[in-house]
Amino acid sequence: MIVPTQWVLMLSAVLFAIGVVGVLVRRNVIVIFMAIELMLNAVNLSFIALARARGAVDGQVVVFFVMTVAAAEAAVGLAIIIASFRNRSTVNVDELALLRG
Amino acid sequence: MERLLLPAIDWLAVLPVGLTALLGFVLLALGLFADDDETLGWITLIGLAVCAVVTACLAGQKSMTFAGTFALDGYALFFDLLFLVAGMVVVLMSMTYLEGTGIPAGDYYGLLVFALAGMIVMASANDLILVFLGLEIMSISVYVLAGAWRTQLRSNEAAMKYFLLGAFATGFLLYGIALVYGATGAFRLDLIAAAAAGAPHRALMVAGVAMLLVAFGFKVAAVPFHMWTPDVYEGAPTTITALMAVAVKAAGFAAFVRVFLHAFAGLHADWGMLLWVMAALTMTVGNVLALVQRNVKRMLAYSSIAHAGYILVALVASGAAGGAAALYHLLAYSFMTLGAFGVVAALGSVGEPNEMLDDYAGVGFRRPLLGVTMAIFMLSLTGIPPFAGFTGKFYIFTAAIRDGYYVLAVIGVLNSAISAGYYIRVLIAMYLTPGAEESGRVARQPYLVTSIVFSAVMTVLIGVFPALWMQLARLGFLSL
Repeated sequence: MIVPTQWVLMLSAVLFAIGVVGVLVRRNVIVIFMAIELMLNAVNLSFIALARARGAVDGQVVVFFVMTVAAAEAAVGLAIIIASFRNRSTVNVDELALLRG
Repeated sequence: MERLLLPAIDWLAVLPVGLTALLGFVLLALGLFADDDETLGWITLIGLAVCAVVTACLAGQKSMTFAGTFALDGYALFFDLLFLVAGMVVVLMSMTYLEGTGIPAGDYYGLLVFALAGMIVMASANDLILVFLGLEIMSISVYVLAGAWRTQLRSNEAAMKYFLLGAFATGFLLYGIALVYGATGAFRLDLIAAAAAGAPHRALMVAGVAMLLVAFGFKVAAVPFHMWTPDVYEGAPTTITALMAVAVKAAGFAAFVRVFLHAFAGLHADWGMLLWVMAALTMTVGNVLALVQRNVKRMLAYSSIAHAGYILVALVASGAAGGAAALYHLLAYSFMTLGAFGVVAALGSVGEPNEMLDDYAGVGFRRPLLGVTMAIFMLSLTGIPPFAGFTGKFYIFTAAIRDGYYVLAVIGVLNSAISAGYYIRVLIAMYLTPGAEESGRVARQPYLVTSIVFSAVMTVLIGVFPALWMQLARLGFLSL
């Protein structure tokens, strides 16, 4: 049985929403970062479903770009988190409150 | 076996981004061996100048390459030159600023140049995937640059906040691209425009456009997606703040204008109203919150939010007048903002940022050149003739009124009046408040002062001869 495109798109929307809520409510930087990755992968699912529905390959190609960029982003993001952790010994975003006003 | 057919590639069109990226690699490699930061600065400066000259020589060319995804037109060239010149000014500032910070110069200049390459891709992108790639090349470089001063807690924090919110916005950008792809089956802007005219899958299309609006709103720091801006601008090294406030914002607008006024022009009825609200909010929130700031760097961050609002007014007006006004104001805004951040950098030193309004007391007499140039930048940002900021706002509000957006124009003018409150306060601090005694000898900052004077000269030139620059902006926009 082939899963209908709408179902996949709905799953993707739900995953994306979980990611957005995760970014907004979680306080641990690493978990926030994971939620962002969830958002990106939810979008990847959409791209694949839409590409299959259209019988085109370009939507699938985009997924490779997204995965590559997400990897680069993870490398830089984790480096930034480590640099901050070395100076502060915390990964809680509420404690990163030097700058406000 | 099937043969792989490669599309014909016009290498001339990718010359600006190719040369810039090449310079980035050269700098990264040189950074391993060279231990003289100043030499590296000079190499970057000369390299960027070569890129700028080559780019300027391409003027008048118009072509599409890489299967119609990468455009070389007046619009791209206008922005390429803006990025490269802004990049050169930032490099000049950095040659003084980096001293004593311990920031590795090779990495710093290399990443700065890569960020510029990403911006050039964004300005040339005729395809949503390329917009995404350019945006990421730029953003990832700038995340690192914001945190380049690793021993400074506030630089760490700025990088962290910028990274988290930037990556969050990337999610929205991608989801928007996916939905638009679902509705039209295309990534190329011209194909999207053609497909959108047939109004397929309206709900998907409108949702996609809204998602893209959120993503671009984040990148250009429009309210309500501006929360990160003050923190990141305040915490990042001042030279990088200047880069973010000017070049990154201009790159965001370059893609924003191309996508919305070009690909989604037919849907103006859908996004025009949203953008109207965003523009009014951005101007008002930016200006009102700037009023209560005591830190000049943070105040300039709110000022940059407010100016994004003015440019959004031009986007709401759309059409040739609005588009050209947006480009013109971006140009004007770039130099006055670069200069203002340059003055902030010049007054600070390692370990002593001197960014509070109280630190500016008496600066006009202690450092006369900085005082006069800062006065030019502040008056120009307020929108007082004969400086560039005045003509920029004049063109924007004229375009808005011509298209019948009277209320928005009135909100804009009122906001300009509010903004005088905080810009003039800097001048009052510098000239009318008695300052501390001369604190011994002032460090010589030849490069930094050169960049500030250059920005001041450009601010005056753009304001005094607006017709020439407006012609460039118009040609740029009309080449879309």
